[in-house]
Amino acid sequence: MTTTTQDTTEGRTHPSLAVELTGLTRVYGSVKALDGLTLHIEPGEMVALLGPSGCGKTTALRILAGLDEATTGSVSVGGRDLTGVSANKRDMGMVFQAYSLFPHLTVLDNVAFGLKLRGESAATRRARASEMLELVGLSEHRDKYASQLSGGQQQRVALARALAIRPSVLLLDEPLSALDAKVRVQLREEIRRVQQEVGTTTLFVTHDQEEALAVADRVGVMNQGRLEQLAAPADLYTHPATPFVAGFVGLHNKVTAHVDGDTADVLGSRVPVLEGSIASGTGVAMVRPESVTVTADPEGRATVVSVEFLGPFSRVHLTAAGTALVAQMSSSQARSLVAGEPVGVTIEPSGVLVVQEQPAG
Amino acid sequence: MTRRTPLSRTVRWVVLALFAVFFVFPLYAMADFSTRNLIQGGRTLAAWKNLVRDDQLYSAITISLALAAFTVVVMLAVLVPTMIWVRLRAPWAKGMVEFLCLLPLTIPALVVVVGLRGVYEWVTYFFGESTLTLTFVYVVLVLPYAYRSIDAALSAIDLQTLSEAARSLGAGWATTIARVVVPNIWSGILSAAFISIAVVLGEYTIASLSGYQNLQVVIVQIGKTDGTTSVAASLATLLFGFALLLLLSLFTRGHRRGPGTNHVAQATVVAPAPAPAPAPAPLATAQPGAAAS
Ligand SMILES: Nc1ncnc2c1ncn2[C@@H]1O[C@H](COP(=O)(O)OP(=O)(O)OP(=O)(O)O)[C@@H](O)[C@H]1O
Ligand SMILES: [Mg+2]
Repeated sequence: MTTTTQDTTEGRTHPSLAVELTGLTRVYGSVKALDGLTLHIEPGEMVALLGPSGCGKTTALRILAGLDEATTGSVSVGGRDLTGVSANKRDMGMVFQAYSLFPHLTVLDNVAFGLKLRGESAATRRARASEMLELVGLSEHRDKYASQLSGGQQQRVALARALAIRPSVLLLDEPLSALDAKVRVQLREEIRRVQQEVGTTTLFVTHDQEEALAVADRVGVMNQGRLEQLAAPADLYTHPATPFVAGFVGLHNKVTAHVDGDTADVLGSRVPVLEGSIASGTGVAMVRPESVTVTADPEGRATVVSVEFLGPFSRVHLTAAGTALVAQMSSSQARSLVAGEPVGVTIEPSGVLVVQEQPAG
Repeated sequence: MTRRTPLSRTVRWVVLALFAVFFVFPLYAMADFSTRNLIQGGRTLAAWKNLVRDDQLYSAITISLALAAFTVVVMLAVLVPTMIWVRLRAPWAKGMVEFLCLLPLTIPALVVVVGLRGVYEWVTYFFGESTLTLTFVYVVLVLPYAYRSIDAALSAIDLQTLSEAARSLGAGWATTIARVVVPNIWSGILSAAFISIAVVLGEYTIASLSGYQNLQVVIVQIGKTDGTTSVAASLATLLFGFALLLLLSLFTRGHRRGPGTNHVAQATVVAPAPAPAPAPAPLATAQPGAAAS
């Protein structure tokens, strides 16, 4: 259950504990923010909770942190039930969506804050805080105040502050959403590196699917207070369990398909169907844009509507057999396509999810 | 920072000059009167020496200062935790608390005195007849001003995130308030405190109507027999109040250069607050007239 990772200050270690959320519900008046959320996180694992705005991600995180109370259900860390344990006794490191550095303290004092509360000596605090700042690459900013740092730097200090206390669990609530795109990519890689270095069990909340797939060991997709699927990023992408997951994880085409045994006929291509699809008959296939291959073909049954240039790759909007279709390809391939021209379309034979027509969600 | 145009500079000087005439002239008149030797002519500091030499006046000064100190302590101890709690845990009560805190502004002093008579029978039963029992009324009296400055300071920080960060790092509620919230609303607390001091030192009506001898009551009494001493005491009170406000604005400006950007926001809090500062003025400036008669 418990493994540990070495770190340098006084040879002490960061704990790696399993986290268990069992049947969590949270009702606010008439809103069900959580509706039976169950989630198991392995020791040292990084799980990303992904879902649209308002699906209950923050609520789940706050309940785990002890900042909110579940209506029913329980939380345990390392096998210990945390019901009734207040937030300040849970030893969880948290990074918030909003900038949360204490404005009256320097960067170093911010990072050392939790250690001071734990009665560590001034020398230990200094050493530990310096080490954490080094970990996030901000050693030279130690004497600055939050207002003198960029947003990305502030979030890195917040990460160092959360890790300084050797938390039982690291909680990240959309820590990157206030940052611009470039910094966001940089910082998420940094968060991943730091997390792997210290080995702390981590729950990372985000509504950005790319972010979730890029950093996490496993991704949990949430919808309306429930977990729809929990799987490794590649599995989630290739084997979505529900239409909601399929729709959320990639921009998906909905194309009429005829299922016949293990395969389906999608726009003339034979494609294997995924588990969870309908057994037979006509349904809607969820086809990823990069699974659609477009070839210049004067006899083709599809027509190019427009080509959207996005740098290294392009998105091509088509109509085929009366349905709108989006294909994604490298920009060099897309260059030969002209709006209004007929083209041929084939679907790559990777698995597709075929569901009943007009699926819920 | 907007660039100063010559016009705005002129306007600034005109405003300052008007301000100087309006405020400095009465002060000058009081200073002049209080140092006059009314019997032999010439100048004397006798009136000013009376501030410490006259037993009645001296004890009134100490009582009013003690009242101010107690009022500030009780007000902060009650208001700061309550306002933080309401913002974090009972936001639905915010409107009610604000209403209650601003209510004293609308109630005439006479009504307060009559209304409190019954309550004060109990207060004096438990705490004795000391003038210091006025602390309870004064805490209520300063609530509107104190509420405003503390509320503005709290609005300038992300209270929820900061306190949740502190709690997740292991701070209990008391530690969170003392180590995280208070340092970040410090200028609001200071301005609440200083303004409360100014209000208490200038308070006459309630003390006089309830038969207590605070500084302003004694100043009026002395004014009936010894004009110069009473004017000296008034002027001293006024100057003390000005010194406090000056200190406050210096402090918050010094702080503005410091760490947080939100200190800038906090510093502006101070702007509306000094409104009650002239409170001692009407009473004090009334004295020369009283003395002359
Ligand atoms: N304190 C609260 N009082 C009432 N309703 C709340 C409260 N907190 C959350 N909710 C509701 O619970 C639901 C879930 O909220 P939550 O903040 O967990 O969503 P989220 O998944 O974090 O969304 P986002 O991506 O926008 O942050 C929402 O419908 C929200 O309106
Ligand atoms: Mg959220």
